[in-house]
Amino acid sequence: MTDTLVLLDHAADGTLRTPVRELVTLARSLGGSVQGVWALGAPDGTGAPDGPSDATLAELGALGLSRVHRVRADADLHLSAALAEVLAALLDSTGAGLLLATSTFENKEVAARLAVATGAGVVTDADALAVEDGRLVAGKTVFAGTWTTRCAVTAPLAVVTVKANSVVVQTADDGGTPDVVDHDVAVSAAARRVTLVERTERPASGRPDLGSAHVVVAGGRGTEGDFSLVEELADVLGGAVGATRVATDEGWIGHDAQIGQTGVTISPRLYIGAGISGAVHHRGGMQASGTIVAINSDPDAPIFEIADFGIVGDLTTVLPQASAELRRLKG
Amino acid sequence: MCVKHVPDIQSDRALGADGRVVRDGGDGTLNELDENALEAALVLAEEAGGEVVALTVGPDDAVDAVRKGLAMGADDAVHVVDDAIAGSDAIGTARVLAAAVRHLSQERPVDLVVTGMAGLDGLTSLLPTALAALLDVPALPLAAEVTVADGTVRVRRELDQATEVLEATLPAVVSVTDQTNEPRYPNFKGIMAARKKPVTTLTLADLGLAATDVGAAGARTQVVEAAPRPTREDRVLINDTGDAGIRLAAYLVDNQLA
Repeated sequence: MTDTLVLLDHAADGTLRTPVRELVTLARSLGGSVQGVWALGAPDGTGAPDGPSDATLAELGALGLSRVHRVRADADLHLSAALAEVLAALLDSTGAGLLLATSTFENKEVAARLAVATGAGVVTDADALAVEDGRLVAGKTVFAGTWTTRCAVTAPLAVVTVKANSVVVQTADDGGTPDVVDHDVAVSAAARRVTLVERTERPASGRPDLGSAHVVVAGGRGTEGDFSLVEELADVLGGAVGATRVATDEGWIGHDAQIGQTGVTISPRLYIGAGISGAVHHRGGMQASGTIVAINSDPDAPIFEIADFGIVGDLTTVLPQASAELRRLKG
Repeated sequence: MCVKHVPDIQSDRALGADGRVVRDGGDGTLNELDENALEAALVLAEEAGGEVVALTVGPDDAVDAVRKGLAMGADDAVHVVDDAIAGSDAIGTARVLAAAVRHLSQERPVDLVVTGMAGLDGLTSLLPTALAALLDVPALPLAAEVTVADGTVRVRRELDQATEVLEATLPAVVSVTDQTNEPRYPNFKGIMAARKKPVTTLTLADLGLAATDVGAAGARTQVVEAAPRPTREDRVLINDTGDAGIRLAAYLVDNQLA
C-alpha cells in the first residue's frame, strides 16, 4: 500500500491534461490514499488564475482523489526548480511514498531535481506500476519499444512519470468530492536562478494532443507535403496528426507534430502511418503503439516489419477510401 | 561539454541478465545527440572565445567518443573510467559527471556544460537537470537555440504544449536537441590533429568519489526483469488492388479501433 501524490497538470486556462485521469486511476490501484497537487498561476498573473473548477474537482473525486493541495508560490511554477521544491515539501508533509506525473519533458526535469534533493528513485516513461513485496515495480519499454523491462524502486521514496494511454481510466466505487487545501509557498533564491522570459502555450487545435491521443494518424515523405488526407482520416477517427522528421523539416507541418526519439514519443491504441518508411528514429517514437497500420507504396519499407496491418499502395487513394468507408460504417 | 558513450542507435541493442545495457559489441559510437552538443559548444567557443573540453563517462572504448570530439575541434578530452561505474543509473552518472566538472574547474573555470538532450540508450533525459542540481547551477534543458552574451545564457525551447525562453547567469548547464544545429563532420586535419592530442583519464578516486556512490550500489532503481518484446502476431500485409481503404476500414471496425 502506497500513498500517492499526483501532479495535476493543466493548461493555462485550467483545463486538466487528459492523461492525469489515468494517473489517478493507476494511483488508486496501489491501495493507498490519492491526493493531488494543483499549481496555481505565476505571480505576474500568467497561468491559471484559480481552479480547479468545480467540474474538474468532481471528476477527480469520482476517480478517487481525496484531496487537492492547491499551491501558490512567489515564483512561476513552470520553472522546474520551483515546482520541485514545492513537491518535495508536500511529499514530506503528506508522508506520501510516491509522486506520479505525466511523462512530459518538464515533469522529467522535476523528477531529476527530486531525485537529487530527496534521494528518490526515479522511473520515467513507465507504462505500468504495482506494489510487489513492499516495493514499487514499474514497467517500461526501452530501446525504441523493442524491449520490455520491469524496474523496482529500491529507495523509500519513488517518483514515476507515466506515459499516456498506459491505463484505462476507471471511476472509483467510493468516489466523493475532494477537499481543497491551500498553500502559500516561498521558494528559495536558488530555485529562481532561471528566469522564464517567455512562455507561449500552443492554442488548442481542436484535435487531441499528439502525446496522449488514443489514435494517431501520421504522414511522412510519401505525402509529398499534402497533409489534408492524413488530417481527414485523423478527424474521422477523432485522432491526432503526427509526422516524421522529414515532414517537419520540410515545413509541411509544425515541429510539434514530429514523432520520434527526439520529438514526441507516442503509444496510442491505434497508429496509422501514411507514406512513412519507418526510419529507426521514427520507430523509436511509436513502436510501443497498440495496433500499427502502415500504408506505403514501397513493399520494402521497414515499417512493414512492425505493422499489424500493412497496405502496399498509394496513400492518395487508400486514405480517402478508408475515410469515406469509415464515415459510411459509422452512419 | 559532456559526451556519453552509447551503443550506436542503428545496431541491435540488448540488455544483459543484470539489466544493464550490453556495451561490449564493439560498435559503440558517439551518441549522435551528443554531436549536437559538441557542435553547440564549438560554435559558442568560436563566438565568445574559450576552450571546449569533451568529457565522457564510460568503459574503455568510450574513449572513442571524446576522440571524435577532438576530431570535431575540441581542445581537450577527459575520459572518466572505472569498473565501479558500470550499472549506474542516470543520477549515478550525473554524480560522476558533476565530480568531473568540479575537478576540471580547479584548473580553469567551467562556464557552461553542454549535453545532448538524452542518452539514446536509456533515453531518460534526467541527466542534464540532475547534473545542474548536483553542481548547484541553473539548468536550461532542451535548447532549440542557445546564445551566450555578457555572462548570460539564453535558450529557446519547444515543449509538448508550449514554447519557452529561459535565461540565467553563467555558470549553467544547457542541453541541446537535434534541432539546434547540424553537427560538422571532422575534416582530415582535425582527425590527424586529434590523434596527437592526449586524452586525460580519471578514476573515481581522482574525483574523490567512493565506489558505493555510483554503479549498481548507488542506484535507487533496479531492473528486475528484461525481455525482448514479443513480435507482433497475426500480421496482415496486402497489396492494394482497389479496395484496400475499404478493407482497412473493416479491419479497424472489427478490432474496435474505430
